[in-house]
Amino acid sequence: MKNKFNLFLIIVIFIFIFVIFYKSLQDTNIYTPSVKINNEIPSFSAKLLYSDETVNSQEIFESNKYYLLNIWSSWCVPCREEHALLMDLTKEKNIIVFGLNYKDTKINAQEFLNELGNPYEKIMFDKDGVKSIEWGAFGVPESFLIYNNKVVEKYIGPLNKELIKKIKLLIK
Amino acid sequence: MIYSIIGYYSLISGLCLGLILIYFSVKNFKNSKLLDSKILSFTFLQFFFVVISFLCLILSFVLSDFSNETVFNNSHTTKPLFYKIAGTWGNHEGSLLLWLFVLTLFILIFLVRSKNQPIKYKILTLVFQQIIIIGFFAFIILTSNPFNYIYPTPIEGLGLNPILQDPALVIHPPILYLGYVGSSIIFSSALAATTLKMINKSWAAHIKKWVLISWVFLTIGILLGSIWAYYELGWGGFWFWDPVENVSLMPWLALTTLLHCILVLEKRLILTSWVIILSITTFTLSMCGTFLVRSGILNSVHTFANDPERGLFILVFLFSLIFLSLIIFFFFHKTNKNNSESLFWLSKETSIIINNWFMMYFLSVVLIGTVYPIFLDVISSQKISVGPPFYHKLIIPFLIPFLLMMAIGPSLKWIKSNLENKVYLFSLLIISILLSFLIVENFDKNILINTILISSALYLFFITLRDFFIKKNKNISQNIAHFGFSLLILSILFNNLFSTEIITNLKVGETFVSNDTKIVFENINQKQEKNYKAILGNFSVENPDGTTDKMLPELRIYNQPNIVTSEADIKTTLLSDKFIVINLVQNQEYFNVRYQVKPFMLWIWLSVLLVSFGGLVSFFKRNKHEK
Repeated sequence: MKNKFNLFLIIVIFIFIFVIFYKSLQDTNIYTPSVKINNEIPSFSAKLLYSDETVNSQEIFESNKYYLLNIWSSWCVPCREEHALLMDLTKEKNIIVFGLNYKDTKINAQEFLNELGNPYEKIMFDKDGVKSIEWGAFGVPESFLIYNNKVVEKYIGPLNKELIKKIKLLIK
Repeated sequence: MIYSIIGYYSLISGLCLGLILIYFSVKNFKNSKLLDSKILSFTFLQFFFVVISFLCLILSFVLSDFSNETVFNNSHTTKPLFYKIAGTWGNHEGSLLLWLFVLTLFILIFLVRSKNQPIKYKILTLVFQQIIIIGFFAFIILTSNPFNYIYPTPIEGLGLNPILQDPALVIHPPILYLGYVGSSIIFSSALAATTLKMINKSWAAHIKKWVLISWVFLTIGILLGSIWAYYELGWGGFWFWDPVENVSLMPWLALTTLLHCILVLEKRLILTSWVIILSITTFTLSMCGTFLVRSGILNSVHTFANDPERGLFILVFLFSLIFLSLIIFFFFHKTNKNNSESLFWLSKETSIIINNWFMMYFLSVVLIGTVYPIFLDVISSQKISVGPPFYHKLIIPFLIPFLLMMAIGPSLKWIKSNLENKVYLFSLLIISILLSFLIVENFDKNILINTILISSALYLFFITLRDFFIKKNKNISQNIAHFGFSLLILSILFNNLFSTEIITNLKVGETFVSNDTKIVFENINQKQEKNYKAILGNFSVENPDGTTDKMLPELRIYNQPNIVTSEADIKTTLLSDKFIVINLVQNQEYFNVRYQVKPFMLWIWLSVLLVSFGGLVSFFKRNKHEK
């Protein structure tokens, strides 16, 4: 009798552990922050890549203008792919493209831009990745469309031609 | 291309053979006079197919065949040949092939080596092992096929993570796996023996060498990982209580306890439940570690891919194995009441049982520290991280009685004993306490706890040292292992107490002067290697004793993938390590310089080697007796 009870108890414990592990599997963003759409942009200050000047995030985004904040890194292969599209997008008059350089080194970032061109009006430097987390980023590349100090759209992963078309439609 | 096809179909054949083997085993089990010769040949054939498939993957890596997805994701043409080959098991898919390799290798050796064992027992062990093997075959083929084909063929691969490109890390996975996966044979055999009610002295003598060999490999595997972390990660430590380190430590703790229980079981028919539960626990913890690491629940360098589907497969498989073994344990195992009661308080077995409970306590601390953050996150969405202070606070106090027990236990006799040589034991204790007080006295941190800790470790050290001369090879393997362990604890303690560290930012040409050390940053050189560029800092360090060391820490900028790693420069001497590492400081021409003097670092590695050498001695001693 005691034996059966022990077995039952142990099985219950293991089922509990199973459920917990199962749940944590489902919860893919277990170590990543929540998606923030239609939220006010986070406030932070960051150094600029080229000038060492510190800027405040809420100062550089003017209202009534569209901004695309692109989180990128020189070591990130998909960033390389989407870069040409950003070069194309930055020619549009209605949008300003900002960069947030993620966990990168200054030298590598500059080499990357020298090679592929610089679509960014301003590049903020995020050595330890903390600022990107404040933005609610999962990884690189990731882009945020910002209007009136609010995140309108969030694009996880590299931008593609269709997304660029959509962005161009939105800003017109 | 052709290798991928051969490799893939070898895997399928291996899986089919697993199913055929189970069929034959069940048939053979019913009328078991003789072991079917087909069983042995099929087991060999299965192993052969796994080897073929493994070789195919290695060849694909060597030839940089980027039409293979695994090769594309983890290799690059500029990578040295050595790391191309090592890249085979430096990724999720390849390392699972390694799992299969060890699983099939061990069951083959098991069948060949255990000629004198009952046939039913051999067949049943094979069946349980085949269940595990089939599970892994299915896992590989369904969720992580190493031979996935990509079209169009990419010209260049993505490269192996540079921090994995290191000699210690090339042999770390195979060695660790021999221990980790080797515990599967203990698991299968324990289940078979439980079902047939043959958990007894002769079974213990038979399974002991499997426990020993897995234990030796696991110990060395963990050691290699730790050495790698020491000089590659550049954090200047050897153990960080990182979840991934913990999942390798947990099976080790369980296996060590199992080893001691087996030793008792070999002499007296007690602790049978302990042995069965620990055999199950060891393998379950190995599987659990695989699950935690591979599902991406824990983040670390070992997390290859974040794929929930894979995690789910291992999770379901793991729990099926747990339930299977629980049912077998509860329905087939009956404890022998006559024997279990007769424990005298002062005997070898009592001291082993006491230390088993301590080991179980350490195991639970590590287990809770590792999985508690996951539980908390699911239940209350709170994110916490458990760091070294948690483990230190909970483990260190209990280390003291543990060490004392380890010192006294082996000198006791089986069944019933008196404390012999009381004068010796007592005087050594006094000497240890006095000596450690003299050592600690000069340092004004926590005199009491440190004195007690060091004296208990010193006590074990003296006792085991004395036993070398007195016992005349009576149990030399145990003596070596325990002596090694005391040396390990002493080295860790001294290392923690007497380490010094200087952290500063320096420009080229600048000098840092502390009260006894002078660090001069002379210049930097550049070096171009095949797959990385290196910046070498040229430092000269003037020691307190007037000598000067030239030290050349490195920053490596790998081209594919583009990652910067710091290579520490370490000057190792018998008594201490000098460790220097540089990092770039952003936006400035300053380098962040960390210089550490770490005493007895070498002894940490040596003592772990000594501990595993003790295991090896025991392994070979056993073999002699058999013949």
